[in-house]
Amino acid sequence: MHHFKRLAASTAIVLCASGALAQDSITVAIQLEPPNLDPTSGAAQAVDSVLYANVFEGLTRFDADGAVVRGLAQSWDISDDGLVYTFNLAAGVTFHDGTTMDAEDVKFSLDRARAEDSTNAQKVLFEDIADVTVIDPLTVQVTLAQPNGMFLFNLAWGDAVIVAPESIETIATNPIGTGPFTFTNWAQGDRIDMARNENYWGAAPALETATFRFISDPTAAFAAMMAEDVDVFVGYPAPENLPQFEADPRFQVLVGNTEGETILAMNNQVAPFDNILVRQAVTHAIDRQAIIDGAMFGLGTPIGTHFAPHNPDYVDLLANSQFDPDLSRALLEEAGMADGFTATLKLPPPSYARRGGEIIASQLRAVGIETEITNLEWAQWLEEVFTNKDFGLTIISHTEPMDINIYANPDYYFQYDNPDFRAVLDELNATTDPAARSALLAQAQTIISEDYVNAYLFQLAVATVARAEITGLWVNQPTAAVDLTGVSWGN
Amino acid sequence: MSRNLIIGAGLTLFFTALAALSFLWTPYDIELLDIPNRLMTPGGAHLLGTDHFGRDILSMIMMGARTSIAVALVAVGIGMGLGVPLGLWAAARHGSLLDDLIMRGNDLVFAFPSLVIAILITAVFGPSAINAIIAIGIFNIPVFARLTRSAALPLWERDFIRAARVCGKSSARISAEHILPNITNLMIVQGTIQFSLGILAEAALSYIGLGAQPPTASWGRMLADAQTLVSLAPHVALIPGFAILLTVLGLNLLGDGLRDWLDPKIRVVRT
Repeated sequence: MHHFKRLAASTAIVLCASGALAQDSITVAIQLEPPNLDPTSGAAQAVDSVLYANVFEGLTRFDADGAVVRGLAQSWDISDDGLVYTFNLAAGVTFHDGTTMDAEDVKFSLDRARAEDSTNAQKVLFEDIADVTVIDPLTVQVTLAQPNGMFLFNLAWGDAVIVAPESIETIATNPIGTGPFTFTNWAQGDRIDMARNENYWGAAPALETATFRFISDPTAAFAAMMAEDVDVFVGYPAPENLPQFEADPRFQVLVGNTEGETILAMNNQVAPFDNILVRQAVTHAIDRQAIIDGAMFGLGTPIGTHFAPHNPDYVDLLANSQFDPDLSRALLEEAGMADGFTATLKLPPPSYARRGGEIIASQLRAVGIETEITNLEWAQWLEEVFTNKDFGLTIISHTEPMDINIYANPDYYFQYDNPDFRAVLDELNATTDPAARSALLAQAQTIISEDYVNAYLFQLAVATVARAEITGLWVNQPTAAVDLTGVSWGN
Repeated sequence: MSRNLIIGAGLTLFFTALAALSFLWTPYDIELLDIPNRLMTPGGAHLLGTDHFGRDILSMIMMGARTSIAVALVAVGIGMGLGVPLGLWAAARHGSLLDDLIMRGNDLVFAFPSLVIAILITAVFGPSAINAIIAIGIFNIPVFARLTRSAALPLWERDFIRAARVCGKSSARISAEHILPNITNLMIVQGTIQFSLGILAEAALSYIGLGAQPPTASWGRMLADAQTLVSLAPHVALIPGFAILLTVLGLNLLGDGLRDWLDPKIRVVRT
């Protein structure tokens, strides 16, 4: 009888909820809060997670599968020498403050991003641009200094969205874009609200309002989902809870891939990691599957180089770094380190790093490498490891798409310095032919794999937990984005 | 002997024995991960089950007992070693500027919320078991200094101390030879209480990641690691939780029991 009462009560609640199922608002949780709301300066991923495709749009954009598709540019022509791109802009586009979006705004945005004093976090995306010319209000011509096969891809990044000179001063707190949602409020530390843009130039989104909330604590994330305080959690932080959500008819679980190559980074300029034999020994000491199972509860794909396995140009190089502790010990002996050594292992907060770090420490200990684990907060990690390069080993996921070019920068935190690799990337940047590009990308992947720059662990998976009725969510994360344009509460 | 004393001593002995045994033997090596066998329920090959890395929980509890006891013991040692002499000194110079200086200094340390300062110390100097010991130890000093002074002051008025003084003994010798033996009971009882607080503080610090670093086992970190697993494998969180609970309970009962047993005044009333 007791049970029946409870059942009746909960049915009543469900009925009430479905009574309100003409639902047109959604609450989305992500882990980190953006430090500001300007995607065109600052590197924080969370800015794109909230604003990309919702508030801001670029000339091109990524779709749910990572393909580059039309954005504000409805079509484009590329000259035969690959140097001149002529973009035809969509007509009737206005910014949320009512001003018109035209070729002048495109010129302003691109010139601002590539300017000398630009604070754009991905300035390298724009470095080939020689000139931006306004032909007429709906046509803009971009001239490159050299052919760049990635140019349309580069323009799809969140860092390349189109902004207006009228609203640029206050963009960090009041973002004005052209997207399907208008920013309405930011209660710092709690939430960001947005509402449907009634004057949107494209297909209107189904949702009336959307709220982003920020929950990084795995326990709080679990509680918030279970209590239905949030409708969607993109990047759910505790993979161990996923089976529970899967078993619960109220929820759906989407597991997709990301651009996050998770690596055990080694400081290539600091002894003993300046010795390729030592680096190779480290990679052979690591059992990737144990890390994927132990730290991620099975979510993730092993990688043998710094490249996303779902990319058609990915080369499977896992054979270069098979789990082989005996080989690892032999290599250490060859390097004159038969007795092993001690290295620092600095870990940022995500569980892939903290848990993965304990597993790696145990695996390295088995071949004689002792590690001193230090757990760092993000700010400390950015300062000590990323900026000051004061580390031996660290675990981090590189979530930018197509970021193999970081290996061409000898000042990057792991300090890999190889002129041959840089030559390959220079050639790649100047190549537009797809087949030639594939070959060069394969070559680049092979070089860093055979140089054992870092120990490549696995491609980070992303888990999205959502209420079962919700449709239209991205499964994969080709870029940091929670695109709400096509999201609705089912039928 | 009261029942409290027996239960308290039993629990304390049990966990001390576990810690001592861990130097010689643990069922499994806690540095070896066995991921295919993770989150096994208690029973079978692993008496208390395994955690999310497949490590044997009983072994981790034993090693964690060692960490907890070592940190708390040294921290209490710091507190007693510095606090008791300071208190004795202040009592011997009662009413002087020195007395004021020592006691106001103690008040200053007391005025800070101890755990917050412990977090500050470990955050500035880096998280490690050593820094946790120092942080916890510093806050034990004023506890012992105050207690010592207030227990020593009335003794200074007693006739046997006056006699010692008339014989020409210095204040330092009187403090060491006559005052200290008379307040030992009190120190033992307070030491037990501080010991249990030290274990709690160590667990709290390592829970927020500022105590002993992996792979050193620590009850607080076991709890933190198990946090998201509670619904999946409750034993992983419950076991270290109970270990902390029982140790602290045991020490508190022991402290209570010792006070009743050692304090002659209470004993007289009872008999």
